[in-house]
Amino acid sequence: MTKVLELVGISKRFGALTANDDVNLSLKQGEILALLGENGAGKTTLMNILFGHYAADKGHVRVFGTELPSGKPRAAIEAGVGMVHQHFTLADNLTVLDNVMLGSEPLFRFRSARTEARNKLMQISDRFGLPVTPEAKIGSLSVGERQRVEILKALYRDARVLILDEPTAVLARPEAKRLFETLRGMTKEGLSLIFISHKLHEVMAASDRVAVLRGGKIVAERDTNKTNADELAELMVGRKVERPVRQEHDIGAPVLIAQKVRLENDGETQLNNVSFQVNAGEILGIVGVSGNGQAALGALLSGLAAPTAGELTLDGNEVGHIGPRGMIMAGVGRVPEDRNSEGVVGELSLWENAVLERIRSPKFSRWGFVRQRAARDYTSALIKRFDIRGANPDTRIRLLSGGNMQKLILGRVLANDPRFVLANQPTRGLDEGAIAAVHAKLLAARAKGAAILLISEELEEAVALSDRIQAIVKGRLSAPIHADQADAQRLGLMMAGVWEEDENAA
Amino acid sequence: MRLERRAHVPLYLVIVAPICAIFMALFLAAGLILAAGVNPLTAYAEMLIGALGSRLSITEMLTRATPLILTGLAAAVAFRARLWNIGAEGQFFAGALITAAIGHSLGVPGWIGIPILMGAGMIAGALLLAGPAFLRLRFGVDEVVTTLLLNFIVILFVGLMIEGPMRDPFAFGWPSSVPVDGAFRLPDLIPKSRLHIGLLFAITAAGAVWVVLTHTVFGAETRAAGLNAKAAAFAGISLPRTIMSVALLSGALAGLAGAIEVMGVTAGVTTTMSPGFGYAGIIVAMLAALHPAGVVASAIFVATVFVGADAMSRATGVPSFIADVIVALCLLTMIVALLFTTYKVRR
Repeated sequence: MTKVLELVGISKRFGALTANDDVNLSLKQGEILALLGENGAGKTTLMNILFGHYAADKGHVRVFGTELPSGKPRAAIEAGVGMVHQHFTLADNLTVLDNVMLGSEPLFRFRSARTEARNKLMQISDRFGLPVTPEAKIGSLSVGERQRVEILKALYRDARVLILDEPTAVLARPEAKRLFETLRGMTKEGLSLIFISHKLHEVMAASDRVAVLRGGKIVAERDTNKTNADELAELMVGRKVERPVRQEHDIGAPVLIAQKVRLENDGETQLNNVSFQVNAGEILGIVGVSGNGQAALGALLSGLAAPTAGELTLDGNEVGHIGPRGMIMAGVGRVPEDRNSEGVVGELSLWENAVLERIRSPKFSRWGFVRQRAARDYTSALIKRFDIRGANPDTRIRLLSGGNMQKLILGRVLANDPRFVLANQPTRGLDEGAIAAVHAKLLAARAKGAAILLISEELEEAVALSDRIQAIVKGRLSAPIHADQADAQRLGLMMAGVWEEDENAA
Repeated sequence: MRLERRAHVPLYLVIVAPICAIFMALFLAAGLILAAGVNPLTAYAEMLIGALGSRLSITEMLTRATPLILTGLAAAVAFRARLWNIGAEGQFFAGALITAAIGHSLGVPGWIGIPILMGAGMIAGALLLAGPAFLRLRFGVDEVVTTLLLNFIVILFVGLMIEGPMRDPFAFGWPSSVPVDGAFRLPDLIPKSRLHIGLLFAITAAGAVWVVLTHTVFGAETRAAGLNAKAAAFAGISLPRTIMSVALLSGALAGLAGAIEVMGVTAGVTTTMSPGFGYAGIIVAMLAALHPAGVVASAIFVATVFVGADAMSRATGVPSFIADVIVALCLLTMIVALLFTTYKVRR
């Protein structure tokens, strides 16, 4: 088989950080290569170099035998390389056809080539088995359909090598499975593919060959049928990481109860008739495909949104309308969904971030003046207790890695022994070591009797940590099931909303 | 070429950046001075002598710096919280007007009256900015537009008052209000000069603002809200309350500038009493990178340019409008300089 793509000796540094270190990689005709690595391993940097977004410090890229000039995305496109980004680059207010044509049409031309373009798009769509409606607005499409448009956009520009950056990050399991079936079909049409992932199961299921990237270096290349998930996990992390395991113990009394909560925002119903109960010493997992109301549930429980109808009680007291500060004072610990935009103020120091939620409490301020020494001491203690590395209380928090930032957020939440903890996507974007640390902290809080609500899109995580699990679909919650009854199939059905009939029957 | 965020901004850059910006602005303005047929070096030398060359010129310069420190603080406080107060000019006049209005008939001794008048000026300035802040919080009206346009309304209102009810009958037709009672004139700091103790108030205000911003709960919450509004809201900081408090503080500082200028320099209010103190305050704040201590230094620089330009104009014939050009160029070059302090250029 011929090599369609070669990366030779690619190195790239960002300041003190070596993102890629002498990376050699090749892709054969008709092959699906998985590029596996943790966050920060250098996967995205490597693909950006390949696609010309970054110029490599050393090394070069060859496509079909000819070397690409560095730092020129157009050259990569013309050579037949297409990229499907993790975050879509589509204009919501334009149609599918407009988006596909955008950027590949000359700027000055009197006659638009819509008809030709439409024919070409339909032809590609047929050939590769990617059905679309050319005149549909992007805004009205589902995430899976948008991704299809992204792929078509690349194919429309005659891509013969396709790079997909974390293609399943936004997809539900069945959609992801369908995507990989489509990709397999595309290789039969002569395409060669690289997909970037940190999910072992999909790498095992969908690739021909795996390259493992760690610390900017290729540490291993394996044929997929000659390796296994355990070996890949160890290669990816560099050591054996064991996630902590939930121990069965007695569950206490109800702490947080939501009864028929409805949440509307701008006339749109975000949560509909939602009821759940979290007990002391229990983790309730909420699983679901991204965008089904998790954000609204997070806002409700962190005090940012108040229920339109129904009630939310903590130890019997109504807490639906007391706002974030009221929640904090009532003993609610909140881990936000997005630590960078909601969890911390990046330009402020660790100590300011550590005490911001409680800055008006007598512990950290007197007569309106911040007790800086108390705040710094408190932060030093958090740093020690929660093993936050590479920082002192005066470090700007944006300099921390995601894992250490999350440890600080968890620290400020758990240090006050909260009655109830909202953990919204607590391990999103973290590497294995940090995930294990976060899980251990949550389980320790559970053991101490905290009631925890875990919102997660990672099924393995939800199943491993939760005592009970409910699925969220279009702003509605399924009935809870016990974790020992949760297998992949049952959860898959719940996440697809298949419980509705039983509810109607009951 | 790419811009990369600096992990850490070294202190020397924080200090060097505005200095570079100033030199760049002077360099660019030199082109205009050349076009006027004068050697720029001669012109700048005249400028320095005119502002710093004698005891009199230094006191003049510091007199000019006093309101600039206060309007600079007003802009710095607001901009830190991302409240774009372009209305310090109007708030300055509001403070000046109220001081003149009650200052000529207030029957109390000076040591009571002066604080009362300063308080009145602060309240007037604060209330004037409270309106735009409310409109932004309630209806999302852009405060850049409302504060900017309010400037003209306030100045025209001042004109209306001094042509009408507040007109000074002894001013020989010169449009000015009745002067404030002699008891409320601020004492001179240096005898036989116009420099008054208002300068000390302004520097004290800078110190107080620094303490408030760095050591109080209000300062911490303002900073958080300015840097990341979403995270601040998540932490339970009320954004409307923060924005409104900042507006009141910022407006009060600009209003105080107006009150002090009336009590210290002009005695009555006129529509020409400010050569753009409010607008120049924005530049003062930017050159200081919004730091209160820096505001004092950059106010002195801007005052030097203004006072020096008059002297230079007399000596060389270059129009004194060059001062406005230099100060405006400083704003542009400082914005570029700030880019280089936050980012590093990489190939």
